[in-house]
Amino acid sequence: MKEAHVTTSDVTITEAGTPADRPLLEIRDLAITFNTSNGEVKAVRNAHLTIMPGETVAIVGESGSGKSTTALAAIGLLPGNGRVSGGQILLDGEDISHAPEKRMIELRGNTIGMVPQDPMSNLNPVWKIGYQVKETLQANGRPSGPEDIAKVLSEAGLPDSHRRAKQYPHEFSGGMRQRALIAIGLSCQPRLLIADEPTSALDVTVQRQILDHLEGMTSELGTAVLLITHDLGLAAERADKVVVMYRGQVVESGPSLELLQNPQHPYTKRLVESAPSLASRRIQVAKEQGVEAADLLAPAAVARAADNVLQIQDLRKVYKLRQGLGKSSDFAAVDGVSFDVLRGTTTAIVGESGSGKSTVAKMVLQLEKPTDGKILFDGVDTSLLKPSELFKFRRRVQPIFQDPYGSLDPMYNIFRTIEEPLRVHKIGNKASREKKVRELLDQVALPQSTMQRYPNELSGGQRQRVAIARALALDPEVIICDEAVSALDVLVQAQVLNLLADLQSNLGLTYLFITHDLAVVRQIADHVCVMEKGRLVETGSTDDVFDAPQQEYTQALLNAIPGAKLMLPPEVA
Amino acid sequence: MKSNQDTTHFVAPIEETPLLATDAVKTDQAPLSLWADAWRKLRRRPLFIVSAVMILVILVVAFFPGLFTQTAPNDNCQLANSDGAPSPGHPFGFTFQGCDVYARVIYGTQASVMVGVFAVIGVLIIGVTLGALAGFYGGWVDSVIARLGDIFFALPLVLGALVVTQLPFFRENKSVWTVIMIIVLLAWPQMARLTRGAVIEVRNADFITAARSLGVSRIQSLIKHVLPNALAPIIVLATMELGVFIVLEATLSFLGIGLPGSIMSWGNDISAAQSSIRTNPAVLLYPAAALSITVLSFIMLGDALRDALDPKSRQR
Repeated sequence: MKEAHVTTSDVTITEAGTPADRPLLEIRDLAITFNTSNGEVKAVRNAHLTIMPGETVAIVGESGSGKSTTALAAIGLLPGNGRVSGGQILLDGEDISHAPEKRMIELRGNTIGMVPQDPMSNLNPVWKIGYQVKETLQANGRPSGPEDIAKVLSEAGLPDSHRRAKQYPHEFSGGMRQRALIAIGLSCQPRLLIADEPTSALDVTVQRQILDHLEGMTSELGTAVLLITHDLGLAAERADKVVVMYRGQVVESGPSLELLQNPQHPYTKRLVESAPSLASRRIQVAKEQGVEAADLLAPAAVARAADNVLQIQDLRKVYKLRQGLGKSSDFAAVDGVSFDVLRGTTTAIVGESGSGKSTVAKMVLQLEKPTDGKILFDGVDTSLLKPSELFKFRRRVQPIFQDPYGSLDPMYNIFRTIEEPLRVHKIGNKASREKKVRELLDQVALPQSTMQRYPNELSGGQRQRVAIARALALDPEVIICDEAVSALDVLVQAQVLNLLADLQSNLGLTYLFITHDLAVVRQIADHVCVMEKGRLVETGSTDDVFDAPQQEYTQALLNAIPGAKLMLPPEVA
Repeated sequence: MKSNQDTTHFVAPIEETPLLATDAVKTDQAPLSLWADAWRKLRRRPLFIVSAVMILVILVVAFFPGLFTQTAPNDNCQLANSDGAPSPGHPFGFTFQGCDVYARVIYGTQASVMVGVFAVIGVLIIGVTLGALAGFYGGWVDSVIARLGDIFFALPLVLGALVVTQLPFFRENKSVWTVIMIIVLLAWPQMARLTRGAVIEVRNADFITAARSLGVSRIQSLIKHVLPNALAPIIVLATMELGVFIVLEATLSFLGIGLPGSIMSWGNDISAAQSSIRTNPAVLLYPAAALSITVLSFIMLGDALRDALDPKSRQR
């Protein structure tokens, strides 16, 4: 006991505090072990963190770093094959790391609340929202009349809460569901709220609203928050203290600004360097590199850079929504969108979910037919292509999709995956195709031995690089990246973005980059088209749009980038 | 500075938390396809080993019955032995007609296994084809195939078989093949439904869109990408259905509408044993036990395959 205290004394708060301000939650030397089919795996080692009453602490780390596992241990909800194999979790001085289930049930809700990650799957679809709030209130012995329920919901920022309580989860949007989950998490006024990536599934503007609201509510109630996130910018903006986890260990912790300005551990340094959302300064550097890369292009390529490889003219896509028998209403997913894409540059289409940006991508890829308007590729109207011409068109325009787990056929090994486009287009013989696959793997910086592996053996970033290699196999001119880096961890995302930039400068590729993440746009795009509800609201060069956004919507999007307001002193950046 | 309480800046010793290359490819394990992975899991499962060995034995018995008994099943039937007790060389005793029960059980395997195997092949061909088309194309193709399947679903199997066997063609050509045809005719919709569901699940995956934008045609993407990914549940159902079809053959034969009496099968023997259950239960017991063991092994194998092929248990 004494020893444990000594080893963690550098993080405990003993120095500044009087005995009165005892930490609300203190994790000391925590180790968590999972029993898997491959034997015991230590998911977390030597984890320690301290949360004072009313304080917000963020755990930052990539997927698999043990950040969620640590938080789940604190609320006693580890999966069945996991257990605390060492260390202590002190809640208000009481060790709860091996507390009996009965005690944990008493604590949950009342003392420790939880807001889970995915608002889409964490509400029970067969019960009304009100009932799900009531359940929590009843379980913790609080008044649970309709008035109480409505109060809880309205406090979480759901207007018209009496009516809302009588609705089912499917009648709520993602942001509203997350509000309902926050309402449930805070309904019993816990002293500690664990928020596990509470907004990662939401649009940036909604994320901002929700986090603002959460901040307001918790500071009003004096609730301490343990925020789990992969986004360093978000953590720094919202938390007093940041704990960085890497491969199951805490590598660095401290006050958030201090940590950002003066990262000590190489992993934290790497994180700070590659966080897209942090400061404008670094993004400037990235952009300058981009400019240099453009200068390195062969003169011929620069000269050609004047022509528009893609011209989108007044594009419309109308879906018929069925409304009962024989009735239908029109829904314009894309409405009057026009823009040009310059050869050898990157044009980003930015928008929130439902803005129609992916529909534009599908139409450019000829996977959906436009209702109206034209797509000119190299001056040719693509809607007039004959099947054989369309087959040739496919060689020149290639997609990269968002979900690295879904875009590769799990039954094909990497060689077959990358070879498939060559085989389909009957290019070369077996030997020359294999040579090409090896070259492509080199280009995307994967070892050639990856050829024999299957997608399930690769990480998300590696799969995405395989997808890039497959897209490059046919030497295309245009690559459509549909949220190609959105599902990746920050470091891996930076790696893939750099790869894309390198490939662009080496091969003179044109990118049409569909994303919801303005921070990424700033790193990679030359031109930006901002879409809202199917319409194009603003277009311009990246600099113009970022420095002087003309539209309110664009401004709102820019303000919602987490960490955007954190102005770091220049010497840090 | 927001915090005024804990200003400690902790850094873990770097030697304890070494920094690895971002996103390095694991190279320490042999590559694993779905099938290799499934095999690795299967060969450690007792359920799989036991059922596989049993099925192997059953198959050997079915194709080489002569290896297991010197007694020809029909030639040596002597009424003197009627309902006789087990004797040396005749471990299971004799039937009412004085035939050797052991030899009949051994020789009956062939018909049962043949019906099972070929009925499953037929169901796979029809069910998977129609189910895949319905699932992949949707729309009116789906509606037509689904309604067609529903019609067959609505027919109880035995009742349907009773009706079909009364058709002149089936009445006149009673053989293993007519029984197989009847089973296929009545049992394909279940396979079609399963395939349809599995195909719909895969159809909208990104890798199908990716393949299409590479220039792969729709039908090619169905054959090369969708079906291989929908195969796992199909294999599991097929394995289990094999056992079910063997029971079905026995049921039909028992009712006298299955295999003709001239073909030796467990179902026929169970049917014939009805008259002597009280005096000589062994006559019923042995073919019924053979039937149960066979069916059990196929269903156990199906269970083991389902666990091994479960995509959720695959590492990511």
